[in-house]
Parts: sequence; C-alpha cells; structure tokens
Amino acid sequence: MAKIVKLISKNCGKIVPGSVEDYVKAGGYTGLRKAMKMDPQEIIEEVKKSNLMGRGGAGYPTGKKWEQAYANPRRPEYVVCNGDEGEPGTYKDRLILSQDPLRLIEGMTIAAYVFNIKEGYIYVRGEYLDLKDTINDAIKNAEEANYLGKNILGSDFSFHIQVVWGAGAYVCGENTALLESIEGKSGRPRKKPPFLTRVGLHQAPTLLQNVETYSNISYIVEHGGEKYHSYGTEYSGGTKLVCLSGNIANKGVYEIPFGTPIREIIYEIGGGIPGGRNLKFVQLGGSSGSCFKDEKLDTPMCYKALKDAGLKLGSGALLVIDDSNCVIDFLKCITEFFIHESCGKCTPCREGNTRIFELLDKLSKGIAGKEDMDRLCEISDLMKKTSFCGLGQAATTALTDCIKYMKDEFLEHIEGYCRAGVCNMSGKEKI
Amino acid sequence: MNGTHLVTKVNSIIEKYNGSQERLIQILLDLQKESGQNYLSEDCIKEVSRILDMPISKVFEVATFYSMFNREPKGKYIIEVCKSAPCHVTGSKNVSKMFEEALNIKMGETTSDNIFTLQYSSCFGGCDVSPAVKINEKIYGNLTMEKINEIIDMYRRK
Ligand SMILES: Cc1cc2nc3c(=O)[nH]c(=O)nc-3n(C[C@H](O)[C@H](O)[C@H](O)COP(=O)(O)O)c2cc1C
Ligand code: SF4
Repeated sequence: MAKIVKLISKNCGKIVPGSVEDYVKAGGYTGLRKAMKMDPQEIIEEVKKSNLMGRGGAGYPTGKKWEQAYANPRRPEYVVCNGDEGEPGTYKDRLILSQDPLRLIEGMTIAAYVFNIKEGYIYVRGEYLDLKDTINDAIKNAEEANYLGKNILGSDFSFHIQVVWGAGAYVCGENTALLESIEGKSGRPRKKPPFLTRVGLHQAPTLLQNVETYSNISYIVEHGGEKYHSYGTEYSGGTKLVCLSGNIANKGVYEIPFGTPIREIIYEIGGGIPGGRNLKFVQLGGSSGSCFKDEKLDTPMCYKALKDAGLKLGSGALLVIDDSNCVIDFLKCITEFFIHESCGKCTPCREGNTRIFELLDKLSKGIAGKEDMDRLCEISDLMKKTSFCGLGQAATTALTDCIKYMKDEFLEHIEGYCRAGVCNMSGKEKI
Repeated sequence: MNGTHLVTKVNSIIEKYNGSQERLIQILLDLQKESGQNYLSEDCIKEVSRILDMPISKVFEVATFYSMFNREPKGKYIIEVCKSAPCHVTGSKNVSKMFEEALNIKMGETTSDNIFTLQYSSCFGGCDVSPAVKINEKIYGNLTMEKINEIIDMYRRK
C-alpha cells in the first residue's frame, strides 16, 4: 500500500505560512540551532549521508556538491535558490513557497552557515507573484526573530536574503540563465564549465539549489543524514514531492518515500483515471521528461531504478494521459511549448523545434510520409547532440519515447487515421 | 501617463531599487503593473534607459525577452489560458472556447472596453485544478460556463 510521509510537507496547510511563532512551535529552526553548534564539515557529512539528490531535475548529489564547493580555494559567496519551477506539471516548489516558506529560508540559512556566506537570493518565477507578500513577510519575520539578518541568534554569523522575480521564461530555470536573470539581463544560458561553484553570480563562486532541495536540509541536520536516508532506497535518500496532473482523479502534490512504485502513486494515491477511461501513457518529469506505457509502471520511484528502466525522475511531475488523447496532438502541444520557450541562442534548438512542429503538423493532417518519420528522428538526434543547453537537448525526449512505444500510431497517421479521433486529417481530403 | 507624470513614476520606482541596473527586470515589472494597461510603452522604456544610464537596446532586449512584458496596451485584466500539456489533456481548448464566447472576442484580443485581454500562457502551476486560467495574479480552475460568467461579472464590478 502506497504511503505518504510528511517530512518536509508536514506544516503545509497546518500553520500560518511565514509565521515564525507557528513554525517554531511546529519544531522549526531546531535544525539551524543545531547546525550552528556543529562544525561545517560535519554538516556536509550529514548531507552526504542523507543521499539527498538535487530536486530541480538534474539529480546531482547535494552532499557531493557541497563537499566540492567547500574544498575549492575560493568558497561560494552567494546562496541562490532556484524557484523558477517552469516545467509543465510541476507545482511542488509553489507548495513550499506558499505554505511553508520558512522551511526554505531555514535550509538556505544553514547552507549559508556552512560556507559563511552573507548574501542569498530566492529567484521566483513571475507567474507566482501572488506569493510576493507571503515570501517577503516570511523573510521579515525571520529577521525580526533574529533567525535571519545581522548576528543570527547572537552569533557573529550574518546572512541576508533578497527575493528576485522572474518575468516569464522557462529557460531561466537553467542555473546559469537564472544567474543572468538575477543580474537583470535576458536569461540566456552561459557556457559550462566553469560550473557555478567556481564561477557564478557576479563571477563569484555560487551555491545554487532547488527550493525542495534546501527545504530538506533542516530535517537532515536535525535528525541526521542516516535517518533521512532510511525513508528512501539505497540510492535515493528520503522523500520526494510528486505532482500529479492530467487525467487523474486526485490531482495534487504528495510527499512519497523513494521506492514507491509509480503504479501505486497513480492508482492508490492518485485514485486512478476518471471517467471510465484507460491509461494511454505517462510523462514523468515535465514536458522535457520521458513518456512510457503501462509496462513500466511497476518501476519504483528511485533515481537508480528509473535510470535502469531508461527513465528520469526530473522535477517529479507525473502527467497521466488517457486514451481520449492522441499522441501526435500531445507532441504538438509539447513542441509548441519548446518553440515558445527556446531562448534562440543556438540554431539546433531555435530551428529544430519549429521543424519538428511542422512535421508533426503534417502527421496530424494526414499528409506525412514515411520519410517524415526519418526526418523527425534525424532532427531530434541532432538537437540532442548539438544544442547548447539542457532545454534543446531534452526538448525531444518525449518525441523519441513516443516513437519508440507508440510507433503504430505514427504509422496510422501516415495512413490518414487517428484512433483517438482528435486529428482532423484536413490535408488528406484536399489531395 | 503624460510626460511629467511618467518621469516622476519611473524615477520613484527606480529609486526604490537604488538606481541599480541589475534590478532592471524588477523595475520593469513594477512599471508595467502601474501602467494601468499592463504594458511598457516606448516612452517608458526610453525613460528607464535614460535614468538608469543604459543603452535603449539593452532595456528593449529585456523587455522583449520575457513573456510577461507586453509591448502593446492590454486590458486591465489579462486572462491567461494555460495551454501546456497538463491542461491540454484535460480540455484547455474548451476553456478558451468558453471564454471566447463569454467575452465575445478571440484568443489574443482585448474587449472593446479595455477590461479584458484573452490570451494563452505556458504552465503557471495551476495543474491541480486543470484546465486552469490565471487572471492577472490569481489562478482559477475546474471551470464551467456558469463559473466563467460569474468570474467575469465579478471582475467587471471591481
Ligand atoms: C531548461 C532547464 C530548465 C530548468 N528548470 C529548472 C527549474 O525550474 N527549477 C530548478 O530547480 N531547476 C531547474 N533546472 C535545473 C537547474 O539547472 C539546476 O540543475 C538545479 O536548479 C540545481 O539545483 P538542485 O541540485 O538542487 O536540483 C532546469 C534545467 C534546464 C536545463
Ligand atoms: S538549447 Fe540553445 S536556443 Fe535552446 S534554450 Fe538552450 S541555449 Fe537557448
């Protein structure tokens, strides 16, 4: 039986968001108090033991990142939080920011303490501007209670946080583009390496993590890395906020322990597919994530098990698609998203997405030939190999998977038939 | 906004951000919000470039890169229908149709009284109530024609 475990979401809906009094009453800031009595390297050790992987999508081990950053001759000078959350179907960071922002702030403060950093930034997507007061109040309240700001808890450690708002650009979630945006510029990705822990904000070493990643830190420090790890699997420590969306009964954000099979998440927690429809496929990790059918549903949520199955957890978005939908129409929708969000810096992504859309459009009109399928694969392969950043590289993940698992439907469209009855095959009649 | 009014407005917002070029995006967000028509006029952009002492092209670049910045006047309320995958598979097309009908305009257009602009948007995180729309900063979901009419009436009365 699938279970929900509330390590980082336990306050959500239970306390006044951003109220220090409520947060402390619920056990908040125990982590920071403990951390400030510890040696920074001990804290890094606990984060390593927790096996916490970055929750923004790339899944890089957080402890390892901190260890490397600590070992650098020049240590990070900024703590940055990535709250851009642009991956369609992902709204977990929104949950923390709106319901328990102090958990994020505490996590960032612990990170700042480890590296003795004085300045922090929370970058939030402009689409979440309705949360402006909540986040600003949380910062102000933490400062007034001396958990943030000058001489935190009477020590000589000072740390300030500023909030920076995005203005609508998915690519700004890419960590270097995000830094450009904090600097007030267009969010076009920088060349990597150098990585952020060497050259980041204002050309200084920078520690950047996702909202959910920071939000795990206080629990790990308070209860120890091993305890946190024990909720998950050998390779994936702790819990994950998963976001259920699409054709599923109980849409929402749920905190689940790693190791839970996807099937249980969809059918037990999510309540299955409404309206007597059947599952067509699932997309994991947002629009840049992989698509798969029923036969992979027993894969447990775990970085390694997913990788072995050829999948990636990404942001933790689980989009369920029922059989009233057409795969070509779905891919057109995804590709439109990437056309809109491509920053235009490199040709494979700027042009590739548009060309892919044209080919999909031909399929949906019933005027595509077999050679167009080859063309789709060729362009997609080129984009994966030569795009400048992760956006272009992952834009055709869904396309590749859908061709792999639903090739018959592509071939049907070439024949002029859409089994879901979604594509109107308007081109066909004209011929 | 007339000339002197604009200069004062731009000045006061830039001052709030200590005249920092790095805060350009925040400055433009505030200016757009206060424009009353949800957009950044050419005069406004020129004024920002002058006061921040930045090339106009730099300010224009930022104002055109981010999708939330509008370069044309919009309605007082921008109704954005999400067209990303989670809303798409739960029927966002119907929602756009219902709004088009209720407001008697097409997607991308503004009502003649300049109250509403109807347009598409990428995912804004309203997936739990999909198909979702955002009206300025507020998210609405699980929509029916009846509910849409109620919402529109409420905004008209504001
Ligand atoms: C196109 C693109 C979009 C991304 N969007 C986000 C995002 O919205 N939020 C996020 O935390 N990470 C996003 N990432 C991943 C970040 O680059 C980075 O890996 C992450 O924020 C690091 O933090 P973490 O290790 O805590 O996950 C994105 C990456 C790419 C290539
Ligand atoms: S792949 Fe290239 S064009 Fe696409 S977002 Fe990245 S840098 Fe921009």
